[in-house]
Amino acid sequence: MSQAGQLSDAQIKIGRRHLVTPEGVDLQIELADVGARIGAFTIDLVIMSLMLFGAIFALGSMSLYNEELATTIFVLIAFLLRSFYFTLFELGRRAATPGKMILKIRVAARGKARLSAASVFTRNALREIGFFLPLGFLLGIGSGGVDGWMSLLASIWTGIFLFFPLLNKDRLRVGDLVAGTWVVRAPRPMLAADLVTTDKPENEAIFAKFAFTPAQIDAYGIKELHVLEDVLRAKDPEVLKDVASRIRTKIGWVWEDGENDISFLRAYYAALRGRLESKVLMGVRRKDKFDKR
Amino acid sequence: MIRRTLTLKSKRFREERQAVWKEMEAMLQRIESRSVRDLTDEEMIKLPRLYRSTLSSLSVARATSLDQSVVSYLESLSTRAYYVIYGSQQRLRDRIFNFFARDWPLAVQGAWKDLAASSFVFALGMLIGFVLVSNNPDWFYSFVGEGMASGRNPAASEEYLRDTIYGYEKSEGGLGAFAAYLFSNNSRVSIFAFALGFAFALPTIALLLYNGLAIGAFIAVFTSKDLGFEIGGWLSIHGTTELFAIALAGAGGMLIGRAVAFPGEMTRMESLRSKAEQAAIILGGVVVMMFVAGVLEGFGRQLIKNDWLRYGIGGSMLMFWLAYFFLPRKALIS
Repeated sequence: MSQAGQLSDAQIKIGRRHLVTPEGVDLQIELADVGARIGAFTIDLVIMSLMLFGAIFALGSMSLYNEELATTIFVLIAFLLRSFYFTLFELGRRAATPGKMILKIRVAARGKARLSAASVFTRNALREIGFFLPLGFLLGIGSGGVDGWMSLLASIWTGIFLFFPLLNKDRLRVGDLVAGTWVVRAPRPMLAADLVTTDKPENEAIFAKFAFTPAQIDAYGIKELHVLEDVLRAKDPEVLKDVASRIRTKIGWVWEDGENDISFLRAYYAALRGRLESKVLMGVRRKDKFDKR
Repeated sequence: MIRRTLTLKSKRFREERQAVWKEMEAMLQRIESRSVRDLTDEEMIKLPRLYRSTLSSLSVARATSLDQSVVSYLESLSTRAYYVIYGSQQRLRDRIFNFFARDWPLAVQGAWKDLAASSFVFALGMLIGFVLVSNNPDWFYSFVGEGMASGRNPAASEEYLRDTIYGYEKSEGGLGAFAAYLFSNNSRVSIFAFALGFAFALPTIALLLYNGLAIGAFIAVFTSKDLGFEIGGWLSIHGTTELFAIALAGAGGMLIGRAVAFPGEMTRMESLRSKAEQAAIILGGVVVMMFVAGVLEGFGRQLIKNDWLRYGIGGSMLMFWLAYFFLPRKALIS
């Protein structure tokens, strides 16, 4: 959840970055985390392997009467796949390979420039030294003898490229660094129903029964409000019960006839949000329950 | 006592604006799955208005609403819209066309010094390899791995070597597997020559020299058996394209290496960034050339056994590439 103003240091640390549009609004984008990127890359590798298996299957019958031609075509297909799979998908409108789309991340230009075709190509050409080169050396360690030792040293050296995204704050691969790109989260959340609305009139009546005193409402701040929102959206009965009893204790709420945990929590959420939002309009963001404003 | 019947401002705000958000979302969905060009004129006019209105909603929501779901929804919606509006407006088809019509040849033209330097290093490697192996065949084994040679070493008989040139032998010594090996090897070499360029181009130069040595050594083996003319034909049918491509990749690596080594007024990183795009365009073309070379190698060389025809095709491919890159053409006006 972003504040109205600047990003805090803590937010920067977990990967939020400023991106001010020409209209002057800071979008506060979020970098993709390394786990998602490894996952996306793995999915893409699986897809590519499946395509290669498909090619082997299709060319299998051909190789019976012309093995050379079949081999040549296979090598060309493998070559095209390795060279252009990432590039073509990332040049598309969603700037993401299937793996990235599944994990809801995308490639974007750092800063305000457009994502150019050359940048996309560069970042993927450098995948060779960022991934395939260290991998090749790593596989060579098993060969034993001097070659094995050389491979070990080489894989340590090239391992720098492999682990590069872990070593800088913007999680850049070598390719990203050179191409001026980065990988950001591209979530597509649905617009969830507003928790203060009631869909049925009879619920309105139930809600109206809850009357909190100002002192009771002032027990919490924005942080707690957001936790409460998460709890209400997750709808886990155990948690709801637990949270409701804690709040009742804290504000000294006397149980009324016909109330249940969820209606109590929703009514309290609405009251708390109304209170805090009216403070926000006056320029006071009450951070949490310890913030006495 | 505060009664809940009062309506929150943030709720009213949302009820008033959410129709616009939904419309924006639906339009983004269409654009992302198809293209901006699918929109009608009316929608095209509407798009920036929806975008600005969504952005303004985001600002208002951040300032007044404490509903996390609304703010994060608007953040992601605005970001998606931003990338559509300020992203590339070109279709993939147009991008590819522009690449071949303008970007690639111009990038190569701009790097002619680097191309000259990398061709020189490459040719030097070949010359050294040729001279060394001609004088002492033992050098061959230092330059060429057994996997790549597959029996074509100085100890091989003339008949065996002749067979490999014309592909009569269908066994492992024949063309197919070797050609495939050479092809993927060469494309990897060129990508590395480019990708390792940032280390002051030194790995690039080493790679070019080393590959030159191997090719020179090969030619020397065949020449020593009086097959010099024939191996020339064998190499040139696809080699003019393939070796040109390797030299170009080397040029890309040198371009980057030079930018890092001699950044001038800029920082090294800025200097690298400024040349990376040009080098990447060159390399993108190299990959295409490698593909053309692969096709020539896989099909042309199997079907065409006449030496003169092989030379003819190789020579005309070379002329074609030179003309394509270096005939003057209009620069991009934008």
